[in-house]
Amino acid sequence: MANKNDWVQIHIDVLKPEERATNIPEDTRHVPLEMWVKGHLIDETAEIGDLVKVRTKTGREVEGTLCAVNPSFKHNFGDYIPELDTIDETVKTILFGGETHA
Amino acid sequence: MLDNSYAAVMSRKNEIMKRAVGMDYDKFESGSIAFDYEGMMAATGYDLDAVRKIQTNEFQIGNTPLIELKNLSALARSFAPQGMGARIFVKDEAANLSGSFKVRRAATSIHQAKRMGYPGVISATSGNYGAAVAACAAKAGLKCIVVQECFDSKGVGQPEIIEKARKCEALGAEVVQLTVGPELFYMFLRMLEETGYFNASLYTPFGIAGVETLGFEIAQQCRLMLGRDPDMVVCTNAGGGNLTGTARGLLKANCSAEVVAASVNLSGLHMASDTQFNLKSFTTGHTGFGMPFSTWPDRSDVPRSAARPLRYMDRYVTVNQGEVFYTTEMLAALEGMEKGPAGNTSLAAAFSLAQTLPKDKIIVVQETEYTGAGKHVNAQLSFARSNGIDIHFGDPKDEVPGKSIILPAHPSMIHAREADIEHLRTSLIHNAQKMTGKTPNEADIAFLAEETKTNPTFVKEHLA
Repeated sequence: MANKNDWVQIHIDVLKPEERATNIPEDTRHVPLEMWVKGHLIDETAEIGDLVKVRTKTGREVEGTLCAVNPSFKHNFGDYIPELDTIDETVKTILFGGETHA
Repeated sequence: MLDNSYAAVMSRKNEIMKRAVGMDYDKFESGSIAFDYEGMMAATGYDLDAVRKIQTNEFQIGNTPLIELKNLSALARSFAPQGMGARIFVKDEAANLSGSFKVRRAATSIHQAKRMGYPGVISATSGNYGAAVAACAAKAGLKCIVVQECFDSKGVGQPEIIEKARKCEALGAEVVQLTVGPELFYMFLRMLEETGYFNASLYTPFGIAGVETLGFEIAQQCRLMLGRDPDMVVCTNAGGGNLTGTARGLLKANCSAEVVAASVNLSGLHMASDTQFNLKSFTTGHTGFGMPFSTWPDRSDVPRSAARPLRYMDRYVTVNQGEVFYTTEMLAALEGMEKGPAGNTSLAAAFSLAQTLPKDKIIVVQETEYTGAGKHVNAQLSFARSNGIDIHFGDPKDEVPGKSIILPAHPSMIHAREADIEHLRTSLIHNAQKMTGKTPNEADIAFLAEETKTNPTFVKEHLA
């Protein structure tokens, strides 16, 4: 549930598969061109999945399907990669000798 | 009501672009294959001094440190032949506003947009350039939209591009995100038309003039610190602007260092493929951009690209993903510098090339880029592993892009592989004939000789 002026994200199918450019790989041609835009909700209230209007940071009015309220970033540094420690040990041993950084 | 269908918008491309760049490209055309490249570059009205003033006074960028990588140089030397192993230096461009050299490109564009009275700027980029444009627009008080190719059809975003979206938003930009496909250009045109904003393209003369200061500074700093010019400058190559601008700056400083392009080898992966989008661990600096943009620069988002790398390139080498990740980790482990992987493409190449040059030679890697969540060696390897990419130690030459990332079993196995530059030059000549449909006249032959850093005889012998 979102209210007017809430910061939200909307989704738009820009081009249907049959409307896409012809010079693209087969797998891409079978899916639509999709777009996501964020902005402040113009409608009074809306539920996820509703067709709504938002006003973006630059003041553009864009219509699309409400897909997130208060969207945030969740990307991170990923899982532990043991190989990176091995690289550290290898190059330090070559350059400084095995004992220095044991 | 405007017809916003794909075909209708694409047919309005030229008029939209003319208004959005404020430059009439037609006046540089000869009507045949040739066009007046230097005339186009001069049409910015900004010489190197003027660009330096804009960058230094208005945006406080450039003049980044040139750092000698003594431990990496020593490591390379430890397995180089006797007497070999050049000194490796890196230009720490990550120290710039927004964290990369791209801000040099953005500054001149944003300055121009402001001067011409545009209310805002738009840029189509999934890379560091978006953050650079956002940062400069913030300083100039202009509105800013960044259009990104970000997700596959399952809605999975490339972590490196997600991070750039975050940074652009943090710097006040509106970020528009799309799924995979070249039709991004169609949406870009629609937004230019809707907003009347300036096209802060990577490929205008303003952008490339902005990078010239980078090459110029390298020559100046080497002379000041070392009392001599660099022998080799290695540039990570994708769209070609980094190399073009740097090389032009070196030439303006009367520096004749060998200019080497370096790209991550992503051969076999199609850049517009939905299913392959998240199987690559580099979203820039790779052969998927580097090769096609070198051999036909005018595939960019402006009528004539100012980035024309084959005019300046002496050699083109490739390195594999595993080698660049390894080098990125070495840079942290041995030099205390934690940087983004893509910017270290040229460093991985330089680490190998240094072993082919005598000890007293100077090799300059001309950029670093910022790192953070998503665009980090750990984040990228983790993402690759979760996508089923086989990551292991071995011989990098066995790496298959999209299937494996092979970390060198030993750092001596990092190896810059020579691309066939004569083949690339020939491709450019053939593409120029094919794309224009013209039969080359004498002026075209001379133009193509400049385009390929060759001579009229070479061009005539390699016509399609």
